[in-house]
Amino acid sequence: MSSLIINTSLVRRILIGFLQDEIWKVGAKKAVLGLSGGIDSALVCHLAAEALGPENVSAICMPYKTSNPESEAHARLVAEASGVQYCVIPITSMVDAYFDQFPDANAMRRGNKMARERMTILFDHSALNGALVLGTSNKTELLLGYGTLYGDMASALNPIGDLYKSQVWQLSAEVGVPQPVIDKQPSADLWAGQTDEEELGFTYREVDELLYRMVDQRATTDELVATGFAREFVDTVYAKVQNSHFKRRLPVIAKVSGRTIDRDFRYSRDWGK
Amino acid sequence: MDFSVALLQIKPKLGRIQDNLELITAQVEQAIACKADLAVLPELALTGYFLKDLVPEVALTLDSPELAHLARLSQQISLAVGFVEVTPDYQFYNSAAWFEGGQLRHLHRKVYLPTYGLFDEQRYLGRGDRFRAFDTRFGRIGLLVCEDMWHLSAPYLLAMDGATTLVCLSSSPGRGMDTDELGTATAWRTLTSSTARFLTCRVVYVNRVGYEDGVGFWGGSHLVSPSGAISAAAPEFEPSLTIGRFHDADLRRERINAPLLRDERLNLTLRELSRIEQERSR
Repeated sequence: MSSLIINTSLVRRILIGFLQDEIWKVGAKKAVLGLSGGIDSALVCHLAAEALGPENVSAICMPYKTSNPESEAHARLVAEASGVQYCVIPITSMVDAYFDQFPDANAMRRGNKMARERMTILFDHSALNGALVLGTSNKTELLLGYGTLYGDMASALNPIGDLYKSQVWQLSAEVGVPQPVIDKQPSADLWAGQTDEEELGFTYREVDELLYRMVDQRATTDELVATGFAREFVDTVYAKVQNSHFKRRLPVIAKVSGRTIDRDFRYSRDWGK
Repeated sequence: MDFSVALLQIKPKLGRIQDNLELITAQVEQAIACKADLAVLPELALTGYFLKDLVPEVALTLDSPELAHLARLSQQISLAVGFVEVTPDYQFYNSAAWFEGGQLRHLHRKVYLPTYGLFDEQRYLGRGDRFRAFDTRFGRIGLLVCEDMWHLSAPYLLAMDGATTLVCLSSSPGRGMDTDELGTATAWRTLTSSTARFLTCRVVYVNRVGYEDGVGFWGGSHLVSPSGAISAAAPEFEPSLTIGRFHDADLRRERINAPLLRDERLNLTLRELSRIEQERSR
């Protein structure tokens, strides 16, 4: 019996409270997020609409010319289902203007640039509307480092960063994310036909079971192998978590003074709130 | 005597003493208006929980105007409240104060400072060194701060010292989402209820609400009668003022039905603990 099964009504309540409390106490009322057409941003969009009222949530779809047209259709479906403010801002001209200077750039560089281009648009709309940027990375992606640093990993608040992909699926059904968005194959949508699971080399369900035992239950490699996971799979995933840890931390600061930020200068982010 | 307890399940602001003092004052005044005999606030109600380097900035001396204000409020209602204490020699404690009749009647410094998982208290705070019951107009009381309650010896010592009511001030982060109710809520209710039964004591548990850096405090404050039954409960995750009542007849009945404390063998416990301590230190 997997403990990836969550009490969805309880988690929903905690996350709604989280969004309200953390946004309202800094004096904001609004939130902005990127809507990709995928399930993670769809879930965050529904949660934000419920927490803040749909009129206080701006969802922006930011397609590139190679994005699957179905993604934009799904983003629109989510915006309509949740009732939030919705607009489409294509990023093709900005991204292409840059890569005209670097025509040989590989897919990774292009994908990262697109993610960061979207980030700058979201933070610009944050300033425009006095809205906080909501993150949409789930725990699986964050642990594997399957995201772009300062791109899709950048946000003010992330309501779903402690939920594995398998749990995102469960909660999405609870909050009313449209079924086609729940049912479709997860994809970063950087090129036609791309799927996360093909690129990662394993399924989310497999890796979520492993990560849950490895991270949450602190199982040793020997225990994991004894439970039936292939040692090579365990080692691969462990290495991914380790090697992507820099993405989950602030930049390293060289210590020279007696009180260095984040080392011996420690305050909660909600300091004074 | 029978007495009513107001569980003041508040949402403090992190590091904002004056704001929190105003909030606490308003809540206590409401409890007075409701004719409650005792008002209990959460752990670190005056300061918020994840203080880190804010500890020295929000710490109060026992003669501070803030505590004097709370003492004045206690002319109309007995009051238990959590704050950061600083001593004249600059030691900092996670303390709980009991005010009654216009005075500070008892001070408990949290003994067990959790420093594991999401907790880091001992990095910033000093450890208390005693558990002492004290007399109030409701009989003898034992004060505990959150993690203290998880150490069996703490409520045991207070009950041995004659406490008939244990009052636990808490800032408990909610976690555990794979069961019918919140994992932490189940754990705490099991703990307070079992403690009440083992010691045939009343238990008052007051937890805060609100979020700090994404951590949600789950509320769920409650009263437990000496039989272990929860007799009043505040909602989870929402600020509330919940009033419940303890009846002396319940304590009397439970202590007649289950004379566990009468039969407790203090000398045996002391003898065995001494032996264990000697054997461990060899």
